[in-house]
Amino acid sequence: MIRILNGEVYDPINGIAGEVRNLYICDGRISSQDAGGRTIDAAGMVVMPGGVDMHCHIAGPKVNTARKLRPEDHRSHEIAKTPLSRSGTFGSVPTTFATGYRYAMMGYTTAFDAAIPPLAARHAHEELNDTPVIDKGFFLLMGNNEFIMERIAAGEKEEVRHFAAWLLQAAKGYAIKLVNPGGVELWKSRSNAHTLDDEVTGFQITPRQIIQSLAEVSEELSLPHPVHIHCNNLGIAGNWETTLETMKALEGRRGHLTHIQFHSYGGNPGESFSSKAAEMAEYVNAHPNLSVDVGQVMFGDTTSLTGDGPLGYMLHQVTGCKWVNVDIENEAGCGITPIEYKEKNFIHATQWAIGLEWFLLVQDPWRVVLTTDHPNGASFTLYPRIIRLLMDREYRKEMMRNVNQKALAQTTLPDLEREYTLNEIAIITRAGPARLLGLQDKGHLGVGACGDVTIYEKNADWEKMFAAPRYVIKDGQVLIEDGHLRGETYGRTFYVSPAYDPAIEGKIRKFFDDYYTVRYENYPVQLEHYLPRPEAIPCRV
Amino acid sequence: MQIEAAICAFCGCLCDDIVLTIESDRIVQAKNACALGKAWYTAHSRPPDLPAARVDGKSVEVEEAIEAAAILLTKARYPILYGLSSTSCEAQRHAVALAEALGGCIDCCTSVCHGPSGMAVQGFGEPTCTLGEVKNRADLVIYWGSNPAESHPRHMSRYAVTSKGRLTPNGRKNRTVVLVDVRSTPSSRFADLLLTVRPGMDFEILWALRALVLGRKVEPAGLAETGITLAQLTHLAELMKNCRYGVLFAGQGLTQSAGNQMNLSAAILLARDLNQFTKFAIIPMRGHGNVTGVDQVLTWQTGYPFGVNFSRGYPRFNPGEFTMVDVLRRKEADAVLSVASDPAASLPAEAVQRLTEVPLIAIDTHESETTRLARVSFMASTVGIRASGTAYRMDNVPLFLKQALTSIYPSDEEILGRLLERVRELKA
Repeated sequence: MIRILNGEVYDPINGIAGEVRNLYICDGRISSQDAGGRTIDAAGMVVMPGGVDMHCHIAGPKVNTARKLRPEDHRSHEIAKTPLSRSGTFGSVPTTFATGYRYAMMGYTTAFDAAIPPLAARHAHEELNDTPVIDKGFFLLMGNNEFIMERIAAGEKEEVRHFAAWLLQAAKGYAIKLVNPGGVELWKSRSNAHTLDDEVTGFQITPRQIIQSLAEVSEELSLPHPVHIHCNNLGIAGNWETTLETMKALEGRRGHLTHIQFHSYGGNPGESFSSKAAEMAEYVNAHPNLSVDVGQVMFGDTTSLTGDGPLGYMLHQVTGCKWVNVDIENEAGCGITPIEYKEKNFIHATQWAIGLEWFLLVQDPWRVVLTTDHPNGASFTLYPRIIRLLMDREYRKEMMRNVNQKALAQTTLPDLEREYTLNEIAIITRAGPARLLGLQDKGHLGVGACGDVTIYEKNADWEKMFAAPRYVIKDGQVLIEDGHLRGETYGRTFYVSPAYDPAIEGKIRKFFDDYYTVRYENYPVQLEHYLPRPEAIPCRV
Repeated sequence: MQIEAAICAFCGCLCDDIVLTIESDRIVQAKNACALGKAWYTAHSRPPDLPAARVDGKSVEVEEAIEAAAILLTKARYPILYGLSSTSCEAQRHAVALAEALGGCIDCCTSVCHGPSGMAVQGFGEPTCTLGEVKNRADLVIYWGSNPAESHPRHMSRYAVTSKGRLTPNGRKNRTVVLVDVRSTPSSRFADLLLTVRPGMDFEILWALRALVLGRKVEPAGLAETGITLAQLTHLAELMKNCRYGVLFAGQGLTQSAGNQMNLSAAILLARDLNQFTKFAIIPMRGHGNVTGVDQVLTWQTGYPFGVNFSRGYPRFNPGEFTMVDVLRRKEADAVLSVASDPAASLPAEAVQRLTEVPLIAIDTHESETTRLARVSFMASTVGIRASGTAYRMDNVPLFLKQALTSIYPSDEEILGRLLERVRELKA
């Protein structure tokens, strides 16, 4: 039991924006009753729900391959063991223990890995089990699944739905994720999808059909989080048209467009590169069925790791750095390459500015989420700096002076005077993503919510304030105090369990016999073995 | 009783279509398994014939052996944990935690098999794929320095040569198979093209192939020492460039011969170059059932796949410094814990010499040179037969190995878990 007294509380879901209030936590949950227990005097401090990262890459095969690929990135970024915590290494792709502790140190208590191939779901769960403190889950790659493409081509919509439900259950995944729909399949024959209407060779379908089918399936299954889309043509000049087409293709259905910054480019490949954030933000503002997370780029050395195989190859060709590609049977792909974003580089500076334009131009903070697509745009550890860029106009202008001025001049960023309020920050870092994820007891401090609370000491430097909360409470346990870990805990794994018609199983089994190298029986993840603290989130009714 | 879709954990193929027939807690038949798999199932389903734990050769309770092992390990100043290639990831997770708690080294069999592949990946990355893509797409398959007919007997039928898939409906007829080795082997008869290279010349040949693939001129005289002619190599380069989806399976003939990681680097760069023209992947022929898993576990916990040291309380990586053979040969290790491996039978003599000089603790599923030599030894239940757990196939696909027979000994996971707990208490 904990009492948090006299804090300045930001709880946007419950309409509380900076009121001085008391909070009580009892049996790990927010309570209306003062049941005593440890008292934290939060007078003069800012109190928010625990942070929620809705899109990062922290577990599974491509993350681990990226760790393995970059020993130079770990050296001198080590974390020693303590009596309460395990050791590890950091750099752009930290080890599992280091990841969990670092999120907690930053006041985040929930994170979702955004792209797991179902065949490797077991691997992702194993890593999440070694990721301490935070609650977690992952999105399941379906945008290049050959069974799904076959069923779409056959016009069997119902079967797509039954299969998607079966797959979510088999992998213990949380949401349907599309990555370069159709394009990753085409990359297996060294091609790619360049428009929504390119044919996916061998399946006689198009990316548009994949997007529409799976958006529809997401809605029909009433999944807590809508279809999560990494559009075609990521990173390519002129891709904004593809992104807008994707938004339109949803035809009013709910959809989350992820790391939108990487999909907001005007110009022509090899010739010109510009920002289309303003035009696109206008479209998003006018269409309440859409939400985005930004995928902010920050300057420095990081690792690009993606389920978008052809993108990985393109980046490798641009940077000349070492490169991993993995084609995953019947399901997915992967590309990994180190990348350094430089302030003076025209393209990188444009990307940085576009990310900030998105934050500042989307009017409804509930539909824009703070992410860096960790580690693709930058490490999640830079969230506090991004918060400062959003809240402190003078700081933003100072930073703007350091970047490529030609790049900056062709964006709207120099004209944007908006400063985020603490309440808006609370929305884009916890309340908004929790709501978009459909997590009822996350992202707020109402009675019955998880006892995940972050308490910040006020500081004129917002980055410092958000980088090192004074207290972080997880499920009612004070885990971080004055920057030190005070306890050991492992969080829950969220997954969904939508119903399907078992008649589909015969067809899936046949498909496994024909095209997989693992047996149908050996594919599903054993819940009791791999999810020590499982929590099935109900599908909306 | 029959168990369908059992997984054989003997080699890196992790064939998961084995049908086990069980009679009175013994596996009497392992349908679909290869000769190695059948022998593995037979050997590991024997009833217990040794005490679960021994200290100085005397049978003791497991608890007593845990205590003895924990004391030996905590007294040591530079202990090393080694092996782990034939156990579960769950056991491997405990092993890394134990090495960390002890402030010692941890190394796995990778350092004496495909460690050079790992180092080459760190240098250049790798284009690769899962074995199902080989089955579904590959029309050119190259085994280099590998003899799958004897080392991975079902590799060719399940995955790479005769298997039928989406773009390979006629299996073998849809593929060209190339074997590159220093001599003829039982695998040779499966190949359309055989290239016999002179030992130690792999790097030169791979580098010349890169040049040919990229359209550069190669002087025939430069190949004189390699055992391969320019005509042969040009033919191979053309096959590679013109295939639809090519896969090079890299064996220990590349990693453990002159050149080591340089050979693998050359092979990776060749595969990378080929992606300018077509799709081309490289897959190491990992040997032991879960040697791939231990690389995975070490990497997600420390950032490094093998040869990790915790002396400073955090992980450091340096092959040649923190790897088993080197730590033993330089007489640095003052205690050794071997898990699911037989270093006394497989390492170089100088390294084995050190095993006889320091406290040695062994955990294995059967009696071995190492368990005989050990001061403290544990018998463990075999994962996939008498214990459950996770293993990663050679292409990093994770599978859950189910227990088929009753447990007769504690599992590696359980022994290491208890040892870890006791070491932490002693260290506290």
